[in-house]
Amino acid sequence: MSRTFVLPDLGEGLVEAEIRTLLVTEGDLIKEDAPLLEVETDKAQVEIPSPFAGRVEKIHVQPGQTVKVGQPLVSFGDAAGATASAPAAPRQSAPAAPVAVPKAPTSPPSAASSRQSMAAPAKADGVAVAATPSTRRLARELGVDLRGVQGTGPGGRITDDDVRGARGKPTAAAAPAASRAPAPSGPAKPLAAVGLEPPPLPKFEQWGPVERQPLSHLRRTIAERMALSAALIPHVTHFDKADVTDLNTMVTRSFETAKQHGITLTLTSFLLKAAALALHEHPQFNASLDPGAGELIFKRYCHLGIAVATERGLIVPVIRDADKKPVMELARELASLAQRVRDGKAALDDLRGGSFTITNIGALGGTGAIPIINYPEVAILGVARGREEPVVRGGRIVPRTMLPLSLTFDHRVADGADGARFTQAVIRRLEAPETLFAEW
Amino acid sequence: MVMGDLVTEVDVAVLGGGPGGYSAAFRCAELGLETVMIDAGHRLGGACLYEGCIPSKALLHVAAVLGEAERAKEFGVDFGEARISLDPMRKWKAERVVGKLARGLASVAKAKGVAVIGGRGAFEDSRSIRVGGDEPQVVRFKHAILATGSVPVMPPELAIGSDRIMDSTAALEVPDIPERMLVVGGGYIGLELGQVYAALGSRVTLVELTEGLLPGVDRDLVQPLARRCEKLFAAIHLGRKVSALKPSAGAIEAAIEGEAPQTFDRVLVAVGRRAVTESLGLEATRAALTERGFVAIDERCRTGDPHLYAIGDVTGEPMLAHRAMRQGKVAAECIAGRPSAFDNVAVPAVVFTDPEVAWCGVMEAPAGREVKVAKFSWAASGRAATIGRSDGLTKLIVDAASNRVIGAGIVGPGAGELIAEAALAIETAVTAEDLAVTIHAHPTLSESLMEGAESLLHRSSP
Repeated sequence: MSRTFVLPDLGEGLVEAEIRTLLVTEGDLIKEDAPLLEVETDKAQVEIPSPFAGRVEKIHVQPGQTVKVGQPLVSFGDAAGATASAPAAPRQSAPAAPVAVPKAPTSPPSAASSRQSMAAPAKADGVAVAATPSTRRLARELGVDLRGVQGTGPGGRITDDDVRGARGKPTAAAAPAASRAPAPSGPAKPLAAVGLEPPPLPKFEQWGPVERQPLSHLRRTIAERMALSAALIPHVTHFDKADVTDLNTMVTRSFETAKQHGITLTLTSFLLKAAALALHEHPQFNASLDPGAGELIFKRYCHLGIAVATERGLIVPVIRDADKKPVMELARELASLAQRVRDGKAALDDLRGGSFTITNIGALGGTGAIPIINYPEVAILGVARGREEPVVRGGRIVPRTMLPLSLTFDHRVADGADGARFTQAVIRRLEAPETLFAEW
Repeated sequence: MVMGDLVTEVDVAVLGGGPGGYSAAFRCAELGLETVMIDAGHRLGGACLYEGCIPSKALLHVAAVLGEAERAKEFGVDFGEARISLDPMRKWKAERVVGKLARGLASVAKAKGVAVIGGRGAFEDSRSIRVGGDEPQVVRFKHAILATGSVPVMPPELAIGSDRIMDSTAALEVPDIPERMLVVGGGYIGLELGQVYAALGSRVTLVELTEGLLPGVDRDLVQPLARRCEKLFAAIHLGRKVSALKPSAGAIEAAIEGEAPQTFDRVLVAVGRRAVTESLGLEATRAALTERGFVAIDERCRTGDPHLYAIGDVTGEPMLAHRAMRQGKVAAECIAGRPSAFDNVAVPAVVFTDPEVAWCGVMEAPAGREVKVAKFSWAASGRAATIGRSDGLTKLIVDAASNRVIGAGIVGPGAGELIAEAALAIETAVTAEDLAVTIHAHPTLSESLMEGAESLLHRSSP
């Protein structure tokens, strides 16, 4: 019997995804949980494992194509020769009928239907996965395969936190497919309009040859969000500079010690800490405006987005509760998060829930930039390259390392003076680095 | 569909009104789905309420009272000879037990807005069921839940068309108290009903095909029950087959292999149950059957047909009402789009004999794993001594690597109640230490679980 696998529910609110890479071809004999294809959503690139074992009969999608949840992806033929390795069921006796009616193992599904999920049965090597029923339900909700989760509770019990921590990690230890060339782009689609209808474009062909190329899913998402933010939010930018000479010395001095702990200490982790502390002082920058309700929504959490340039485009992963974590922890998280993002392995929850964003373009040079606010946040802190400059101190010219900062914020929520004060609050901490280290 | 058909349109149609079916229907209604139930007998409760769990437990309670009265002589209380009147007993069972519960279910269905249609239903296709009988109509649904249950098996060589040959349904009616009764089958139904009739005064002969009572259950759990049955029953023939039955002068002559022909007044055939899958129009859907004739489902209770779910006995062993009830809720939640699954680790099983036998989880080491087994004899239980029942045993199976409780078996009075704690422990991945340090009231039989767990702790860390 032929079975068809449809695009599973990928999580809150996501209704579609773009097919990036096919990891199987028609005729392949594959095992259950083997990687099937990679999809890219608004938020992340996700590898989808096969729910079935069997021969790939038909692939219904192509790289670049956008598919909706529930749309067929792959059909499977009979599982001849590649039956899922169902472990022999442990003897879980029932009141046996007296005549020799052998106990039946739980019947496998004869066919699959819609709403296939990525969650997996709760058995591993003959013993049930150690998790309470509510934790198993959470795993199904988050699409976590419990068989791959290491439990931290007594007797190896998997806790809710273990499940949340495992969210978004690839479910099968699958060998990466040989070729994962970037997907050719699919058909182009219009951007969602933001208020103004763009006027028609001139015929560029009249001035020379042109080539049209559809936007990638991520590019389109960025374009739509930037246009939305720029159109809705009256942006205003405040510039200043921080003297990070002492901070630099401290980073250099601690670099080796941190390295021994496997941590690459960077200026950005201090920026995160300084911004988190400044946000505590100026909560209107850790907020969102609800124009419909005429209310300002203050976030009682501090999740900092950090812009990361990837080959595919700009992605903003989020560090949760940055205000509660010491600098070393922030550095560690930042490194692993950035790596996940660059590898296209970030989980959806790595990428959402931010309340303020920092974009550090210093590595690429520049003396300052005016970033666009990450809607619906209130502000974004831009950081350019720190340089040694002649600075006048006590009537003398001294060389100091100055870091250019720009705070771009929503003028509906805050005024120029507020922006200046907030920026000063960041600078004050960067210039007194011992306050940032205090929480080690 | 024929013109003029009465058509009912619903979100969910539940076929079968047993415990699985009504649990599913009630959950569907709670989740805001418009739901109807179709039941051939126009009743809620199914075999469980009318010809299974509930009436058999009512009769076993009668047997237990008789047994306790007999035991009371040991401590100086003699009630004299019991006088048994079948009419009041049947009336009590039918009205005060079954009837009361049936009325309760009907009022719950009404309160939840679940309509019950009486009549046999058969699928016309994946979206409609045709219902016959007094309320002929077509029910069109978005999803259906198949919960048609099971019926007793009657081997052809024993089906000789005599009303002296009873299945469990007939035996629960207690038409009379036969002087000589043959029970074919030493599983839980044969043992429970055999004990009922023995307590009422029948001379019971039990024949079991395999070498022991309760095939498949651990021998150390069965032994106290076997000893009790040896006292209660006139004869127990193990490893024997009843090869033929024939009517003879107002009785039944039975040919039991290796025995001279014997005559009985009534015969109870309790050799198992089979799924009800025929005449349901399943061939008009994409649902498939397993090799053993059960409806194939996955852990979300989905059949091969995207519109059709199946739960309970029709989906296979263990054929237990509580499994069906959980599956019913899973099916309802999946239909409502919730991330539900029947991923339960422990399905407790209880034999309500005297003594009761109960178990759940794994009873022997799964492949590649080592287990530790603790046995706590009730001879060391204060509570067991006070009720004169020191023959019980509590057994725990613990995964050696993680110390998690993965199985339990209990034999003794109240084992069916005691197993609940073990089921919770297994389902929630409790370790032996958790169980050992949880305070259990003294003196109770539940201490035996704590004691068993504690003995393992001392063994692992001397």
